[in-house]
Amino acid sequence: MESGVFHTDYRTDMGLRRVPAERLRLGLFAAALLVFPFLASPYWLNLANQIAIATIGALGLNILVGYTGQVSLGQGAFMAVGAYTSALLTLRLGLPWGVSIVAACFATAAVGVFFGLPSLRLKGLYLAISTLAAQEIVEWVVTHWPALTGGVEAVVVPAPRLFGQRLNTDFGFYWLGIALAGATALFTANLFRSRIGRSFVAVRDQDIAASVIGVNVFGTKLLAFATSSFFVGLAGALTAYYRNIISWERFTLETSVLYLAMIIVGGLGTIRGSLFGAALITLLPAMIATAGRELQQSAPAVAALLPSVQQAAFGLVIILFLVFEPEGLSKLWRNVKDYFYVWPFAYRRGEGR
Amino acid sequence: MDQFLQLTVAGLGTGMIYALAAVGFVIIYKASDVINFAQGDLLLFGTYLIFFSLVQIGLPWTVGVLLTMLVAAGIGVAVERTVLRPLIGEPIISMIMVTIGLSSVLRAVVHAIWGPQPRTFPSFLPEGEVMLGSAVVSADRLVAIPLALALLAGLALFFRRTRSGIAMRAIADDQQAALSMGISIPRVFATAWALAAVTAAIGGIMLGNIVGVTPNVAQIGLRVFPVVILGGLDSIRGAVVGGAIIGLLEFYAGGYIGHGLNLIIPYVVLIIVLMVRPYGLFGKEIIERV
Repeated sequence: MESGVFHTDYRTDMGLRRVPAERLRLGLFAAALLVFPFLASPYWLNLANQIAIATIGALGLNILVGYTGQVSLGQGAFMAVGAYTSALLTLRLGLPWGVSIVAACFATAAVGVFFGLPSLRLKGLYLAISTLAAQEIVEWVVTHWPALTGGVEAVVVPAPRLFGQRLNTDFGFYWLGIALAGATALFTANLFRSRIGRSFVAVRDQDIAASVIGVNVFGTKLLAFATSSFFVGLAGALTAYYRNIISWERFTLETSVLYLAMIIVGGLGTIRGSLFGAALITLLPAMIATAGRELQQSAPAVAALLPSVQQAAFGLVIILFLVFEPEGLSKLWRNVKDYFYVWPFAYRRGEGR
Repeated sequence: MDQFLQLTVAGLGTGMIYALAAVGFVIIYKASDVINFAQGDLLLFGTYLIFFSLVQIGLPWTVGVLLTMLVAAGIGVAVERTVLRPLIGEPIISMIMVTIGLSSVLRAVVHAIWGPQPRTFPSFLPEGEVMLGSAVVSADRLVAIPLALALLAGLALFFRRTRSGIAMRAIADDQQAALSMGISIPRVFATAWALAAVTAAIGGIMLGNIVGVTPNVAQIGLRVFPVVILGGLDSIRGAVVGGAIIGLLEFYAGGYIGHGLNLIIPYVVLIIVLMVRPYGLFGKEIIERV
């Protein structure tokens, strides 16, 4: 007897969620998200908000790196463009926050296309190095153009309001954060079921073959940069409104590396992986910090090493995943799922995700 | 004219340290196609190791330098064995990220052992200032230039004359042909990392002499990219010339124009080179075109 998933009509075969169990899991996850803010302490709510923002940013980066195969070290710069555009539009021109966030997304998309232009001539490590230069240049512009950005000083962002409620509290922002993260995930999932998304993947896998079957490689790359930067800009703008204060230190090369770590650890080219990676990379330092506070009394010498432990743990997580599970957390999740799929049998025929 | 001379000496001195860092990068890239984002942290290790052996153990400087080079070589080999070996053949993003992870770990180790505060060790380059005509230049930078050049010349000789140097070039040229001639690729990769770590450590020692022992030394790792792209990723001569040019440009821009332009000029050069001549001044003219 064969076990596995066998679809009998096209509609179910092409569905976004192909098995009832997936729909059930998603429903449970959504229910948990809805209940969570009423039970959680502000500390956990704050972490959840950070994860929501990071998920949006990681999804954006994954569109470019994971799905289209264009290595980018400029994530921090693109987030800076999103954050500063939305903040300055509200601050200087008095635009409502919703409008300025949308404007920031489009502005970041435009900047993304501009810095994506080298991708038309370069690929692989040359592209990585040119995005590194983009990162440094944007950072320099932000810190050396005080008339526009306030230079090295922090910019205070007016609080966003909805129905008379301030949205930059942990509780208020949570709803905005998960709604936008959910929308981004849904968009990304659907994007890669469409012609455009498929052409991104084709360019990643073999650009020459892609152009042979009629994909416009240059246009596709630029579109990938635009789409990716759009969401990265959204993540940047949300950071600005959530934190109230933005400064250039939040958008350095370290930020780029952080987000790359998220999608590597989570799994390149997967939506689930973007969420997992964002959660792990956000929670890891927080958990280590909590453990350090516990140790403060019993072992102050160990607690003093905390920053080093955080940094070493970050590096080790990246290295260990790359060496032992290059497909990341999403592969681990699939392994667990596959195991229970045909449980109590050991293995099955056919594919099934 | 005086200012020009001062800036030139300072720029060349800094440029030669860039060159030492860049040469290590080039050696690794040539041999194994790995882009090493941890080059700056290898430099950092060199700086702290020499501080450790001179100040904390109290060794004479000759022994200290030898010890530092030895330990650095050990670190290089260990890194290659444990981290890079399993990733042979993985896509470029994995290679980039694994060296970034490595850089994070190395920095954390230095931070855990020696803390964040800046230190100094007794300088063994001549101190003070030297009059060059009517210009005043600092002696340590002036001495650093011929010292680094001598080292780089020695390295070039190693690649031309010694067995392992030629083996390394053979592997860079064609791995399969090298294999069939009986060259052990794992051993050459390990040698490349050891060599890169040693040149980085020497760069770190010089840098420690000039600017002191601080965690900021690692930031030089990012300056390596403009240097190697300008010189050509697989060219040692390119690393030297590129280092000199980038160092000079930085100091001229900082000295004559100001406004923090010295921070950004290397990256502007980098972008221009990538658009016009991606293989750099001396690199091989094979580049993945799109």
